[in-house]
Amino acid sequence: MITTYLFYFLSFLAIMFGLMVVLSKNPIHSVLYLVLCFFTIAGHYVLLNAQFLAVVHVIVYSGAIMVLFLFVIMLLNLNKETEPHKSLWLKASAAVASGSLLVVMVASLKGASTIQSTNTFNPSIGLIENLGTTLFKDFLLPFEVSSVLLLAAMVGAVMLGKKSIK
Amino acid sequence: MNSAIQVIPLEWYILLSTVLFTIGVLGVLFRRNAIIIFMSIELMLNAVNLLLVAFSSFLSDSKGQVFVFFIMAVAAAEVAVGLAILMMVYRNTKSSDINVLNKLKW
Repeated sequence: MITTYLFYFLSFLAIMFGLMVVLSKNPIHSVLYLVLCFFTIAGHYVLLNAQFLAVVHVIVYSGAIMVLFLFVIMLLNLNKETEPHKSLWLKASAAVASGSLLVVMVASLKGASTIQSTNTFNPSIGLIENLGTTLFKDFLLPFEVSSVLLLAAMVGAVMLGKKSIK
Repeated sequence: MNSAIQVIPLEWYILLSTVLFTIGVLGVLFRRNAIIIFMSIELMLNAVNLLLVAFSSFLSDSKGQVFVFFIMAVAAAEVAVGLAILMMVYRNTKSSDINVLNKLKW
């Protein structure tokens, strides 16, 4: 019973903070609301028995990526409401477009048939032991390729960040 | 305490992820600041992650959660390169407004 209430509470908070990210004028406030939104999503992961993923999510997203965002905003001096306003017509059309996207996706969900789980419920799939076995047995090649991707991203970021390349 | 997937129908999770994804789409269409657009993309990635974890828990299969790790790695790489490009754009144009970057338009 408490799980249900927690689900509704966390969902409400996630949607509200997500809307605040989009609608708040100051970029710093947007980043802080996004951090709160990520914390509510981490709460969802805990409810779904994915404890290790929840911890990684908090460390990687709230800890690393959002700090990077804050750093760039401070560096670019964007902590003011300097954004020029779009015309009302463009804003209305953006709202209508995303609203109709939501309607289409919910309508397609309504017509879908429900699936049944064939496996019996196992509460320990989100623990490190199971995840590590899967990662290093079935996904060993993607794991190694992602290390190359991270290296390439690092080199690319350094190259782009340099003032001039001799 | 039960796992959430045992008491909450999967449809609610699909609905929640859809709403979060749509908020991300709204952010991309609604704002002009390139950093906010980046953050909206992160929000969309997280909506997909949440859906993957919900399905993984529903099917009792840990492969979905391993996919979330890969999405996180790709998101980290994307943010590093994207913010570097943004710094570059700001250095050249003194603005983070994406409407400045319209050379490739039409």
